[in-house]
Amino acid sequence: MPLNRVAIIDYGMCNLDSVRRAVEEVGGAPYIVGDGADLAEPDRILLPGVGSFADAMDQIGRRGLDEAMSKEVLESGVPLLGICLGMQLLAQQGTEGGDVAGLGWVDATVVRLTPTERDRRIPHVGWNEVDPHPTATLFRGIEPGTDFYFVHSYHVVAADPADVAATTPYCGGLTSAVEHGTVFGVQFHPEKSQRAGFQVLRNFLAV
Amino acid sequence: MLKTRIIPTLLYKDFGLVKGVGFDSRRAVGSPMQAIKVYEMRGVDELVLFDVTATAQGRHPDHELIDELADECFMPLTVGGGVSTIDDVYRLLQVGADKVCLGTAIIEHPDLVDEAAGRFGAQCVVVSIDTRSAGGGPAEVFTRSGSLATGRDPVSLARELEERGAGEIIIQAVDRDGTMAGYDLETIRAVSRAVSVPVVASGGAGSYDDMLQALTVGEASAVAAASVFHFTEQTPREAKEYLGTHGIPVRR
Repeated sequence: MPLNRVAIIDYGMCNLDSVRRAVEEVGGAPYIVGDGADLAEPDRILLPGVGSFADAMDQIGRRGLDEAMSKEVLESGVPLLGICLGMQLLAQQGTEGGDVAGLGWVDATVVRLTPTERDRRIPHVGWNEVDPHPTATLFRGIEPGTDFYFVHSYHVVAADPADVAATTPYCGGLTSAVEHGTVFGVQFHPEKSQRAGFQVLRNFLAV
Repeated sequence: MLKTRIIPTLLYKDFGLVKGVGFDSRRAVGSPMQAIKVYEMRGVDELVLFDVTATAQGRHPDHELIDELADECFMPLTVGGGVSTIDDVYRLLQVGADKVCLGTAIIEHPDLVDEAAGRFGAQCVVVSIDTRSAGGGPAEVFTRSGSLATGRDPVSLARELEERGAGEIIIQAVDRDGTMAGYDLETIRAVSRAVSVPVVASGGAGSYDDMLQALTVGEASAVAAASVFHFTEQTPREAKEYLGTHGIPVRR
């Protein structure tokens, strides 16, 4: 049986439909999980999201999703991909709306982008190139420098350079993907990045 | 480097796409689903979809229609028209909009900007500032599909909306809409200089050079256009080629 049951985590704050459709397009069988009790042994977990870090962690906690995901990810080694805010939630700490603890699966903090003379507009909105680390699993078959779609004001700063899977040249350079064991995160939106985005999702399903 | 976005704008009314002049006398230009599939195939940077009669008819956005359209849209999608409550914003995001555009609401109840940004993040809150310049005078902000003068100056309003949490500002020149006579460069530049969120130029594009002017003289972050893509042979892809050869970073 192919390993394609993809749990999409719903904490009431995001465009789940786009993610669900993109998973279907690349051959996964998505199901939406809004309560930890319904996680039901997934093959893959997708953690999407837009909005504020603090509100997201609050909702995830209330719905028992943190414990349920922890069990699958940390004990069973089920691969998880965080998208946008979902990637940021993997960090130990967010600073949006005061210091708030994240899921803590990647040793990192989340801070606001700092404008530079060249890149003075925040949020970072639009297509920008992604330069993957040569061994990055998520970017197999994707040309270095391919553009992906970003829309965010905060970014992940990883403590261990080994966790950085890709970078993007905006505001002095930001981490656009992380990989730590079976935990993955992308700051851009693969579900909105057309062909290259689908390839990232295919690579994730093939992990 | 961040690429400059070329954004086709699709206006729809009663299930059909339309395009008019000065927000009026609209002609049918096809089905939104068909247009989305074509733009998807061509790999455009982003789409803006406006329900042009929702506010006038006192309707909320048709989220069922957006749900259907978004299912075929694997590119970024901004949806506007009739967005007047936080529930409208939530439902549009839920069915697949990446960003929601507030128009009349930015004047009639601007607290919605703060509320939406607080709950869903500034990055998905777009505001459309619609302007007219009477007799070549300074631009004034209009609401209700360009029919109601507000007495507000677009620059101070843009600053206020950025402060409230808007993540992107569309400057839409109602009096240039559909004319293909060029963007309102002066207003676009004044707003671009006044705020630090991205500014999208809209209203009046008739050629690739108009887009170049909006980006260089107007200092806009992105350009939106409708008539030029509906009624002429010009395409977003050729626009990018033109802009690329004039030093603008574009996605190929």
